[in-house]
Amino acid sequence: MSDAIRTSTPIFVRESMTADRAPPVSNAGPAAWIRDNLFPTPLSSVITLLALLFLAWALPPLVRWLFIDAIWSAPNGDLCRAPGAGACWAYVWQKLGFFMYGSYPREEVWRVNLVLLSGAALVVWMLWPDARGRGGAALAFFTVYPVLAFGILTGSAPFPTRWLPTSGTGQLLWAFLYVVLIAGAGTLFYTGRLTALAMAMIGFVAWAEIGAWWPTLGLSHVGTNLWGGIFVSLLVATVGIVFSLPIGIVLALGRRSQMPIVRFLSVLLIEFVRGVPLITVLVMANTMLPLFVPQDWSPDRLLRPLIGVALFSAVYMAEVVRGGLQAIPKGQYEGAMAVGLSWWQMMQLIVLPQALVTVIPGIVNSFIALFKDTTLVAIVGIFDFLKAVETARLDPVWAGPSISTSGYVFAAFFYFVFCFGMSRYSLMMERRHAAGRKR
Amino acid sequence: MSVIGDSGRPPPPSRRKVDVKALSIQFGLSLLLVWLAWEAVGNVAENMRARNIPTSFNFLGATAGFDINQSLISYSATSTYGRAFFVGLLNTLAVAAIGIVFATIIGFIVGIARLSQNWLAAKLATIYVEVIRNTPLLLQLFFWYTAVLAPLPGPRQTLSLPGLSWRMPEVGALMAAAVAGSFGFLLFAFVRRQLRRTNLSIPAYAAAAVCTVAALLFATLGPKVVGLGVSSGFFDLYTGAYVFLNNRGLFVPAPVLGDVGFRLLIVIGASLLGAMAFAYWAKAAREERGLIFPVGWISTAIVVLPALVVLWLGSRSLALDYPQLRGFNFNGGVRIYPEAFALVLGLSLYTASFIAEIVRAGILSVSKGQTEAASALGLRRTATLKLVVIPQAMRVVIPPLTNQYLNLTKNSSLAVFIGFPELVQVFVGTVLNQTGAMIQIISITMAVYLVISLATSIAMNMFNKRMALAER
Repeated sequence: MSDAIRTSTPIFVRESMTADRAPPVSNAGPAAWIRDNLFPTPLSSVITLLALLFLAWALPPLVRWLFIDAIWSAPNGDLCRAPGAGACWAYVWQKLGFFMYGSYPREEVWRVNLVLLSGAALVVWMLWPDARGRGGAALAFFTVYPVLAFGILTGSAPFPTRWLPTSGTGQLLWAFLYVVLIAGAGTLFYTGRLTALAMAMIGFVAWAEIGAWWPTLGLSHVGTNLWGGIFVSLLVATVGIVFSLPIGIVLALGRRSQMPIVRFLSVLLIEFVRGVPLITVLVMANTMLPLFVPQDWSPDRLLRPLIGVALFSAVYMAEVVRGGLQAIPKGQYEGAMAVGLSWWQMMQLIVLPQALVTVIPGIVNSFIALFKDTTLVAIVGIFDFLKAVETARLDPVWAGPSISTSGYVFAAFFYFVFCFGMSRYSLMMERRHAAGRKR
Repeated sequence: MSVIGDSGRPPPPSRRKVDVKALSIQFGLSLLLVWLAWEAVGNVAENMRARNIPTSFNFLGATAGFDINQSLISYSATSTYGRAFFVGLLNTLAVAAIGIVFATIIGFIVGIARLSQNWLAAKLATIYVEVIRNTPLLLQLFFWYTAVLAPLPGPRQTLSLPGLSWRMPEVGALMAAAVAGSFGFLLFAFVRRQLRRTNLSIPAYAAAAVCTVAALLFATLGPKVVGLGVSSGFFDLYTGAYVFLNNRGLFVPAPVLGDVGFRLLIVIGASLLGAMAFAYWAKAAREERGLIFPVGWISTAIVVLPALVVLWLGSRSLALDYPQLRGFNFNGGVRIYPEAFALVLGLSLYTASFIAEIVRAGILSVSKGQTEAASALGLRRTATLKLVVIPQAMRVVIPPLTNQYLNLTKNSSLAVFIGFPELVQVFVGTVLNQTGAMIQIISITMAVYLVISLATSIAMNMFNKRMALAER
């Protein structure tokens, strides 16, 4: 019986444990990370090796040039011209004042510093997430600050006598622009029309009063031909940024308007300016703008490229904003109309706030492009930062290949810090806004 | 008696009532603009009279009197301003074309590298993109021109890139190798396809090896066998340097095509037509009869092979014009001036960083479900890429890519800062200074760029219409 069972059951029954299998090759830890990220496939391994070779070739000389062999202090370029010398930071340090202020009189530089620092403070306040009174800071930055900055920098009364003609018409035009600016800013922050009007009136009167009282400060006049360096780069960028956004919004609204003439004009301006290089716009602003106005109205040489830059960035901004407007679902427009909002109220309360938030990355990208493009104003003889670097390297005391390169590296560092900072800021804002929309 | 009077309701307001407000706004705006234009034109006329600025286009026919060192067409100081304009325009187009090619290649490589699994490659690509994108192009141009190219040694201590070029007789052998290799490849592809049907993958590789060896043998011995007077075989490459880089520019050998050039042009034109006809026929065959051909490979073969044969047959009259050190500078070959070199380098690297981001965004825009669905259907990896991922990514990539090409073209005007004679430097710079005809010159220059932009955007719109998703 038991025999029969034994022969008829081919079932295998294991009577002892098998040996433990080797644990899987670790999936964590540095070794696994290196395997997964540097040598996952043969091709990838080859790429890693090539990249390592490249780094071994490029990195040590770079570090040596930037830090180890660098000349940190020297009275003139002799040390830096010696063979084997690295970057010449002594030169950058020596020329820092020139890079910052161009030919602005050295004893008056505190005025530039005052303007830059207060501007920076306002900008930080305005852009700091969750800061109190951001709207007030923005209002101050866009209305009061430019006028005071103009007065401090030029030393002339903020009632412009040099930038625009001294004739009564010119002053009226300028005053009109200012009223429009204040009223526009006012409507952006406080929607009541009366408030805006009152603010414009108060601003205008205050401005005229300050203008009358300004000369008693006794600031010496500094012409724009002496302005230069980082300060002018920041000025051009700020003016471009401040003007491009509102003009861009207006152009974008015009392009999407129901009115054929308005639409046609907006499209014409946008496509025309977008189709040509900035250099030609700048040259046009510089040479042809004085032709368009009566001779005694000829705008200041710094004002002309400012107009060119603002116009150029405004049309790019218009396209960005248009993208945002198109992204707003039709129901939002219809809803706004259904509750009886007027066109302006609809735009101001419903459409634009949503549209602008969606295109924050695009707006910041435009700002970055604008900031980089400020280097081109040198073509019309404006002494911006890069032009200062180009000029400083021709100084015979400091001339030398490694010295020029140091200047360029410093300039690259400066532009990189600003542009990279802007892009990170936009990423942060994007994430904050996305957080509110997450489901 | 009105129709609706009986019901007692008031008549409905007309749906298209005249919007008085909109009309008056537009009317006012038009009036304002006309008035401004009127004033501006009056001012311009007055100012131009006062400053003695020429008002006609006659200056275009006057003798220019200045030299341009880099020109694609014959030009001298006795040529006219009009010809100087064309020199500048051609230089702009040439720099833009070369820059676009390099920027696309670098941009695609970097963009794909940023998405690579390989951590090191991805990080290097990211650093490249961030550094290049966040510094001004002008600064980069200055850097390449002043900090990299200017300090290069003079012609006597020139840098040379050895082994990148070879003697002309060997080019004939090389052509032969290329022809033989192409035939070998086609043979190999055919054999492999035949073998795959019977699931014999190892013999397929063996067949590939045999084909390759046969091609190389044919390439090495071919010229001798055919007896075209080729002195040596494929492997006898010249090891001397024929590419030089110094502070006078980049010197490369120039092919002297002789009468082969003309024949080559005709043959390439004819074979392009042939390839197009084939592609058209293949498409019809696919749609009507379900026949599938490797269209890409066959069209390439149709274009390349005849050209290679012509080159091979005419290789005796082919020659390379080598740059050689004569006195203090190099003679012969093609000289690429440091200005042009720096400009192309700067433009390509700068635009490539933007193209890289576009490519990355394009690839990321294809959702993972698409790839998974393709593999669920049993498509191979290459087929997934070719049929599913790339077509969808390209729809996202191409519009901004064209924009970047336009940007590159417009940015080539920055050459004015480093002295490369392109349109703006020649026309808006020198010619404007000499003639003072600012309105005419600036309008012509802007018109050129506008025409380029508009032509591109019209082409883009047509492309978009063809590629647009057919949604709901």
